[in-house]
Amino acid sequence: MENTAQPRQSPLLRLFLGAFVIIWIVLAAFPFLWTLWGSFKVEADFFSKVDWSFALSGERTIEQTGSAFTGAGYYGAWVQEEFWRAAINTMIVTFFVVIISLTLGTLGGYALSRSTFRYTFWILIAALVFRAMPHITLVSGYLLPFFELNVWGILPTTIVVLVAINQPFTLWMLHSFFLNIPKDLDESAMVDGCTRFQAFRHVIIPVMWPGVITTGLFSFLLAYNDFAITTMLLSQDNQTMVPKIGSFLGTTQVQGNVMFAVAAVVSATAPLFILVLFFQRQIVSGLTAGAVKG
Amino acid sequence: MPHRAFFWFILPSALAMLLFIALPIVSVILQSVHIEHPKVMSEVETCGPFNCTTEMRVDAEATAELRQAQPLGKYIGLETYLNRNHLAFEVVKTQWQEREGFFSFIRGLYNLPFYKALAFTLTYTFVVTPLVIVLGFSIAVAVNAIPRIMRGSVIFVSLLPMIVTPLIGSLVLFWMVDANGVIGSAIQHIFNDPNLSLKASPFLTWIMLLVYGVWHSAPFAFVVFYAGLQTVPQDTLESAMIDGASRWERIRYVVLPHLAPLVTFVALIQLMDNFRVFEPVVGFNASASATSLSWIIYNDLFGQQQLFGSAAATSMLTILGVCILLMPVLVRTWRQYKVVH
Amino acid sequence: MTIFKKTLVAGSLLLASLGTAHADGCGIEKGTVSILANDFPALHAVVGGAEACAGGGVEFSKNHNKDHKDIMVAALTSDPSEYTTVIVANSTLVTLMNDGLVRPIDDLVEKHGGSLAKNQLITVDGKVMAVAFMANAQHLFYRSDILEAAGVEVPKTYDDVLAAAKAIKDKGLMDYPYIGTFKSGWNLGEEFVNMYMGTGADMFKAGSAELDINNDNGVKTLEMLKSLTEYMNPDYLTFDSNAVQAEWEAGNAALSNLWGSRAGAVLDDEGSTEEIVAGTAFASAPMLGDTPATTLWWDGFAIAANTSDEDAEATFIAMMNGVTTEMANANPDEAVWLIDGYTPGAKAVGVAASAQAGAKPYPMLPYIGALHTAAGAEIVEFLQGSEDAATALADMEAAYNAAAKEAGFLE
Repeated sequence: MENTAQPRQSPLLRLFLGAFVIIWIVLAAFPFLWTLWGSFKVEADFFSKVDWSFALSGERTIEQTGSAFTGAGYYGAWVQEEFWRAAINTMIVTFFVVIISLTLGTLGGYALSRSTFRYTFWILIAALVFRAMPHITLVSGYLLPFFELNVWGILPTTIVVLVAINQPFTLWMLHSFFLNIPKDLDESAMVDGCTRFQAFRHVIIPVMWPGVITTGLFSFLLAYNDFAITTMLLSQDNQTMVPKIGSFLGTTQVQGNVMFAVAAVVSATAPLFILVLFFQRQIVSGLTAGAVKG
Repeated sequence: MPHRAFFWFILPSALAMLLFIALPIVSVILQSVHIEHPKVMSEVETCGPFNCTTEMRVDAEATAELRQAQPLGKYIGLETYLNRNHLAFEVVKTQWQEREGFFSFIRGLYNLPFYKALAFTLTYTFVVTPLVIVLGFSIAVAVNAIPRIMRGSVIFVSLLPMIVTPLIGSLVLFWMVDANGVIGSAIQHIFNDPNLSLKASPFLTWIMLLVYGVWHSAPFAFVVFYAGLQTVPQDTLESAMIDGASRWERIRYVVLPHLAPLVTFVALIQLMDNFRVFEPVVGFNASASATSLSWIIYNDLFGQQQLFGSAAATSMLTILGVCILLMPVLVRTWRQYKVVH
Repeated sequence: MTIFKKTLVAGSLLLASLGTAHADGCGIEKGTVSILANDFPALHAVVGGAEACAGGGVEFSKNHNKDHKDIMVAALTSDPSEYTTVIVANSTLVTLMNDGLVRPIDDLVEKHGGSLAKNQLITVDGKVMAVAFMANAQHLFYRSDILEAAGVEVPKTYDDVLAAAKAIKDKGLMDYPYIGTFKSGWNLGEEFVNMYMGTGADMFKAGSAELDINNDNGVKTLEMLKSLTEYMNPDYLTFDSNAVQAEWEAGNAALSNLWGSRAGAVLDDEGSTEEIVAGTAFASAPMLGDTPATTLWWDGFAIAANTSDEDAEATFIAMMNGVTTEMANANPDEAVWLIDGYTPGAKAVGVAASAQAGAKPYPMLPYIGALHTAAGAEIVEFLQGSEDAATALADMEAAYNAAAKEAGFLE
């Protein structure tokens, strides 16, 4: 898909587009670089209430630790506060949320794309309305039943809830993706004597991966970034990274360890970098394959 | 696909949604038309570490008896929806009758918590959504034009604002825009006003939140449009060029029509998400100047006095709002659906 | 059996015997102890003491959660409840008592609470509902060096505070000499309640849930809050205690009405300079009328109603093992302990002085939460200057009435 229009751009236009991209990249990356830099300072420098240039020079950091950079935030978060537990919990939650969401979503999305009855439209609309429900309202409704069933605070409950909340979006994405896989493919398989499920397994599954990977990435982001549900539904031992970071920020009574939070924020963002680095080609090709054609 | 096969394919997904979304919605609807039973209260002596006083106390047993008889509470119909902390039709009516001019009426309206939140929510939705689409499209076009070898890393950096946890992203920026922070200081320098603070005035707080919203969501639009640009039919583009179409004309008559369904998709998702804006209000400590519908729900649920009925009513109004917003898109989807099937 | 396995078995036996030893120390053999608490060091110390009772037949679990108050009602409503005890404060105990979720513990106090001081017992209608173990209050933090340079005394009243702030500003010592926890929402609501307490008047009509603030006292309260903001950093509506502490440690303010529990963190060797730390001192909260404009808070534990008597007893004994004199004296800077035998240090003087000067406790009224929320939201526009005090008070009353009606406090 080489863009043949490219060589004919005028130099002025190319300069303009190049400058635009550079400005955008600076805007997108600057907060992250700044936080990364600041995570090796002490709190007084990170916030630099006295003078913002302290954040660069590390004046207070030198005063307190004797060097311009300190790993105290990382040590405190990972060793002292055992942030690694939260990291493991997050891995478990995101892994299962993505796998289960995609399994349910591909089955449902495939069915929605192949059925010609009118109710499929209304199911899709219902899914949209479901997606409009504010998460915090849902969560406050879960609390009492979960406590009564004695399933509050554990990872499986949170995984199931996140899967359910994520279903509307997954269904929509995969439904429109399957619409772009020609019906003839599986129908001819059924003519050859396959059942509907066999046709799905042998014909559709091999060609669905680009769309599934893209949808999976969005499921991943939802599970990884969720705050409302993980904060309210997990006990302290089972906390994932985002609520754990929240707990570093302190309460009305007592000062938090903000630098632990900053170090943890940087640590929590690092896996996302790696993920995007590996999957960006798939994201784009998955979207290209038609997952988003409305 | 026959009903039977459809049923089995959709069952797991539908079950999850029914159990964890539809059922709670039903309970939310019920909650929104009930209030708690009148509390049975009496004055008793209360002693603590500091002194003894005579204070009111709820007779929990007597109140529990009332609740046992009617577990949902007292039925009041739509009263919660109409009370002062929600739609407040009565107050609005009086304000309208006693208005001293349109502007003062609007100010009176803005003084009511629901309309204050609605004002920001709608502004956020209708400013951020188009800007996200325009900015995302511009970035996509620009990235598509730079040399292929650089694209990978540029896409990677461009996605950063979207993938970071919203609450944390806004918190980091909140720290940076402080008058003593790096962005705050830079802005003071640019405008040459050492007392300028983005957090102090409602107007600047709104601007700050809107800019954050665009920054956070533009990557989503970007990646969708970028993917779309890869599938623009090359032969149409080439024939347009042979016909002498300028670059702008090619974008206008070939690229944009091709991307139209993607614009709908992005608009749909963005309208919905922006209407539920919540994390930035919390992350930026902005609730003094900017509240949103989701924020009011949060405030009702987790304030010192939990108000489940209020939260339920606002939740239903939010869903209603989303449905109204999405109506044009839904009608379009319906037409499209009829064509496809 | 391999040597490896033998070691394992021996190790687990040893562990088990250790556990029993602990259990013996607390005097519980079996039962369930599960604690829900906020997440800060003082409470870690208390819960740590209770945890020593774990082992043997005692099942122990704990959940330190910053948002514990958001889950506590649901957690204690289920039967049996998820937790056998919750660490509560004035405000949260009321919430639990409104729904009858905590039990009277007179019998347990009589049986196992010999070491408790009389003033640790929270009694409602003659029944002990909770055991308090630490106190907290917002009180005056001031910079003695700056006050001296400005030539003013330590303020006793809020008028003194305004005068001192003016002197500091006029001398060019600081741009924003005063700072407070004015973040809209709970913090601002607390400022309102504190200031109103300073007038000495009640916030409700006697014997009812009807609000009584739309009067001269209310106006006086609001006017004082507004006057203070003139000496505050313009971002004040975003300042919670974390922000205030950071500003203080950066030397950007000289007067504040901040939480006593922050005193230790301000005086420690982190985040500030020696000059600022040396200059920082504490005093009673300033008065508005004849009363210090602050509220006294306590933290304590209450035992869940929906739990078996046996577990309630085990929990009470375990908690008593947490709130000991030794624990308090081992953690003197973490809190102002209410425990007998604890000698308060220099960091507790502000709380003690406020209590002595006649500060009142935060009211344990069932409907105080609705007022607190209404105040925190509705006086914002007044402070921003877009409405007058009368409108702000009327708005507050209207917001309160709607909420109190929904919660069943008003007909």
